[in-house]
Amino acid sequence: MEQPEQDVVTQTVSTHLPKLETTVRATSQTPGTAIFEVKNVSIYYGAFKAVTDVSLPIYENEVTAFIGSSGSGKSTVLRAFNRMNDLVQGARVDGEMTYRGADLYGKDVSATAVRRRIGMVFQKPNPFPKSIYDNVAYGPRINGIRNKARLDEIVEKSLRRAALWDEVKNRLKQSGLALSGGQAQRLCIARTIAVEPDVVLMDEPASALDPIATLAVEDLIRELKQNYTIVIVTHNMQQATRISDRTAFFSVLTDSKNDTRTGVLVEHGPTQQIFEDPRDSRTQAYVTGRMG
Amino acid sequence: MSATVQTGPATPAGPVSGLWPRRPLGDRAFQLLALLSGLLVLVILVLIAVTMSQQSTQWFTTAGWSGVFSADWDPTNNKFGAMSFVYGTAVVSVIAIAVAYPLSMGVSLLLNEVVPRRWAQPIVYVIDLLAVVPSVVWGLWGFAVFIPWLQTTIYPHVASAVNHIWILGNLFGPLNGNYVSGASFFTGGLVLAFMIVPIVTSLSREVMATVPGADKEGAYALGATRWEMIRGVVWPHSQTGIVGATLLGLGRAMGETIVVALVMGSSPTITSHLFTPGYAMPGVIANQFGEATVGEFRAALIGMGVLLFALTIVVNLTARAVVERNARRIRGSA
Ligand SMILES: Nc1ncnc2c1ncn2[C@@H]1O[C@H](COP(=O)(O)OP(=O)(O)O)[C@@H](O)[C@H]1O
Ligand SMILES: [Mg+2]
Repeated sequence: MEQPEQDVVTQTVSTHLPKLETTVRATSQTPGTAIFEVKNVSIYYGAFKAVTDVSLPIYENEVTAFIGSSGSGKSTVLRAFNRMNDLVQGARVDGEMTYRGADLYGKDVSATAVRRRIGMVFQKPNPFPKSIYDNVAYGPRINGIRNKARLDEIVEKSLRRAALWDEVKNRLKQSGLALSGGQAQRLCIARTIAVEPDVVLMDEPASALDPIATLAVEDLIRELKQNYTIVIVTHNMQQATRISDRTAFFSVLTDSKNDTRTGVLVEHGPTQQIFEDPRDSRTQAYVTGRMG
Repeated sequence: MSATVQTGPATPAGPVSGLWPRRPLGDRAFQLLALLSGLLVLVILVLIAVTMSQQSTQWFTTAGWSGVFSADWDPTNNKFGAMSFVYGTAVVSVIAIAVAYPLSMGVSLLLNEVVPRRWAQPIVYVIDLLAVVPSVVWGLWGFAVFIPWLQTTIYPHVASAVNHIWILGNLFGPLNGNYVSGASFFTGGLVLAFMIVPIVTSLSREVMATVPGADKEGAYALGATRWEMIRGVVWPHSQTGIVGATLLGLGRAMGETIVVALVMGSSPTITSHLFTPGYAMPGVIANQFGEATVGEFRAALIGMGVLLFALTIVVNLTARAVVERNARRIRGSA
């Protein structure tokens, strides 16, 4: 993992060729397949341009962290990956976003189909007002799985993977709302992986948790990396260094003339490089300023 | 405070007066008014219950339990059994709920989750307008327009279509071979349903609006379609609240008088056939109280009022309890 990452940096710095075949051929030189390609993406909420001109790849079976000040568009970009922004009236994505070579915003692409492959965990744990079992079984059920034995198996497997099974195996019928914050968040992770997604997006999944629960979720993220590609927004830079392979730093571009604030992607690369040898002075200021 | 205190330095205010700064007159007057009117409402309620019960004792003592709850209503022969009216009220209420509940549910889901906000608002205005249509207008419309139409265009066809089908035939088939009537249990239930749909819809919408956006996003993020999201999130969250809203609607429907007096056909009958005339408690009170000047007749009608009063109070209290429990459950989850 460590060594080939260098190639990726040079590759991302150089101009991307727009043809799909190039992406496929490039695979052999990179640590993983680029599962997402983001090219010159700007995202609007109505007339307001929230982020401008973002380009970056996301690699398979890696943890990519989005860091940066609040309002720099991290969540906005993250939610573009599984088309959650579609749910916001007036939200619009400009530019090119591909998922495994396919245009995510293509005309015939269904947002629900996208979300079944690309799951999401939110900042505030949001278990449904149902039993623990039904929370986890929700996704498989909407995918048409009705067989009780099969569902039991999926629920157990997902809860085990989310490191929650031992704590809840004797009270699966209890409401998901009765869990502690950290447990509820792990339940939400179990719920997300129960549909066997390809990618898991996480928007500050630990920011509402206490330090111990946070470490438990971080351990879990490292575990999940074996099977999933993870993109995580985090406020906490130590967290980014602890769990991510690659980091993207976002910042706010303030235009005092028009009084607008737009998010930009300042730089991205292997986490170690971003924190120890940032190319951009803004990144430098951010990572040193916050880390002390 | 300022005006009263500053008036006279000569006033011996006393050392303690500063602890009791006089609140503005309007404030105190309002508090008193609120307290008095609250008490007044309670007193009036109790007085109604007590005096009504007193005036109806003759009925209960003369007829006894079996007489009161018999189906024999024949004032000229001093038979005052209330059962057919209780039955009529129960049946129209059930029909009203059975129609209003899914209708209100559908409309509120549509308005809250499907229709874009800028179109939803005008629809809400129209529905709310329905709520202010006076009930006598509903009754007149039901009598003059709805009944003739149902009697000629709808009921006969429905009745002959289901005539020999198990259960359906008993409910919607013609009575005694070919008899259906526009003025009937079913029409009463339908018109009551139209009357309570606005209030039930508006309460249901409020309940659904409390479903956390985060929960909805959670479902969508798992690849749920809008319908799957509604079934998996909006529904379990608001189910009991909507049941409560419907029960509140039921409380209204049960006591509603003019509609049942005009569109049900005013015939004390107990039958499963819904396309035949029936009679509900408020209907018989309104129609016959004018003639019931004396004795047990009068006491029986007043007694029926007491029964109805008790019934609506029970339904309303149940509804409030259900709504409150739902609200607590949702707050607990927040
Ligand atoms: N639903 C929305 N509607 C309108 N503006 C939004 C919405 N969500 C975010 N924004 C705006 O977009 C910008 C980026 O927000 P966000 O992506 O949430 O930033 P971050 O996650 O980095 O804190 C902010 O200026 C924010 O106010
Ligand atoms: Mg954010």
